[in-house]
Amino acid sequence: MSTTSTGTPSSGDAVTRAEICAVACAEAWRDAGEVMVSPFGTIPALGARLAKLTFSPDLVLTDGEAALMVGAPPIGTPADQLVREAAMPYRTVFDVVWSGRRHIMMMASQIDRTGNQNLSAIGDWAQPKVQLIGVRGAPGNSVNHPTSYWVPDHTRRTFVAEVDMVSGIGYARAAEAGPGASRYHDIRVVVSNLGVFDFETPDRTMRLRSVHPGVTVEQVVEATAFELAVPDDVPESRQPTDEELDLMRRVLDPRRFRDREIKA
Amino acid sequence: MADKRTTVDEIVSELRSGMTIGIGGWGSRRKPMAVVRAICRSSVTDLTVVAYGGPDVGLLCATGKVAKVVCGFVTLDPIALDPHWRVARQGGQVKLMELDEGMFFTGLQAAAWRLPFLPSRAGLGSDVMKVNPDLRTVRSPYQDGPFADPADVGADLVAVPALRLDLAVVHANRADTAGNAQFLGPDRFFDELFLGSAERRFVTAEKVVENGTLGDEGPLAAATVHRLLTDGVAETPHGAHFTACPPDYNRDEAFQKEYAATAADPDAWKAFRTRYIDVDEAGYQAAVKERSEEAK
Repeated sequence: MSTTSTGTPSSGDAVTRAEICAVACAEAWRDAGEVMVSPFGTIPALGARLAKLTFSPDLVLTDGEAALMVGAPPIGTPADQLVREAAMPYRTVFDVVWSGRRHIMMMASQIDRTGNQNLSAIGDWAQPKVQLIGVRGAPGNSVNHPTSYWVPDHTRRTFVAEVDMVSGIGYARAAEAGPGASRYHDIRVVVSNLGVFDFETPDRTMRLRSVHPGVTVEQVVEATAFELAVPDDVPESRQPTDEELDLMRRVLDPRRFRDREIKA
Repeated sequence: MADKRTTVDEIVSELRSGMTIGIGGWGSRRKPMAVVRAICRSSVTDLTVVAYGGPDVGLLCATGKVAKVVCGFVTLDPIALDPHWRVARQGGQVKLMELDEGMFFTGLQAAAWRLPFLPSRAGLGSDVMKVNPDLRTVRSPYQDGPFADPADVGADLVAVPALRLDLAVVHANRADTAGNAQFLGPDRFFDELFLGSAERRFVTAEKVVENGTLGDEGPLAAATVHRLLTDGVAETPHGAHFTACPPDYNRDEAFQKEYAATAADPDAWKAFRTRYIDVDEAGYQAAVKERSEEAK
């Protein structure tokens, strides 16, 4: 762990991939209003805090335990130093989930072309090759409120033709299951270490929205095991503003936890 | 008024092989581990375990007590997945009814309210429906008339079945002799629903106090387990160890790491089992104390 940069502004250093990814995650919550943000992973947690301190000040952040927290404390703040504003025990979390006032960013061990996500098991579900954590709340999240995904290792093993156990459901599954599933289904974006993706295509399949600086479209296509919709002009994911860079480096993540998830 | 004080051994003596048991808490938080350890030592087998899974599930699988697990995850919190659960699943040793964690809540609520099912959007379109082929959907009867919501016309919902339990056990910070119990930490999880869904209902607690004095221990609003939900209470200090039981104690992370590491090492598991499982609760607590002194 690097602690040498604590409190030291370092905006002269080159922008890292981790910082690009955090900004891309933050963008997922632009104009989200007063919704509960439940980020999984360090980069989404940093992105949510960044969005809250800049363009989405009404975001509601949880403390990872059973409360809502005030402000946007730095990543890694000890639990006893957090300021809390209200109780958010798990039963209340479900009230929020099922009322739709949430936009979660979950991780995906596998994701496919229509936005199906898997975090349950790899291989045959009956006796998996690799048991993962389980479907958790993914099925319910994906049919109740906006859901985005973070995949820190974009490869043909994570961006797959077919996921092994559909946990969070994609657009085709939602349409097939009918209005009970599709009414509130809304997969917004997928952020990976290579780029940003959405489903803004006529058939709601995954589209390359932007590539991160230093990544080519070919690299993304090569690392994806299904046919990705690739527009003629693919923009670069945007750079952090000076303010955002300063917030990330000096305020929100001075200990650079982000570099552990995405190597600098 | 009945005095509901009992012991961990008496609770476990009510178990029979093949029963369905519910275990309160969530992940590696406030689990009734003293009872879990006693089940591990017992001759009971073929249990169906219904839980927001943590090391309770891992330990019961590792000691061969489990035929089937009903859950949405098995986590140790800082360690994302209980490695003993991974071994059990990858070895094909246990059956699984995998549910979305909200469906799980809905199923407990249905059982506690004595309903056959409750409707839910959660699960629709997912492979939870495929791996549990007995799950059914239901169409709202309000397709027209004053209660119809046009946007939900034609909507099928999951009919989440009641998760009925033969026996449930939860761990509380405080309980009283009459069977009321109190949670002093930040989350009561779904513990009242586990109790409400079960035929036989037990609470273990850090401390059992006289009836009428829970208000002296903390807010009465935190005494959310009332005695209509319980058949017995057992005092088990540090009974949730090594899971978190705030404000009485935090998770014993070092111990949990040792537990997790034994999944990949048969010799280490054997030593762990001898030292911490094949002993009674007093022996366990003494061994834990000894371990923390060795570490100093």
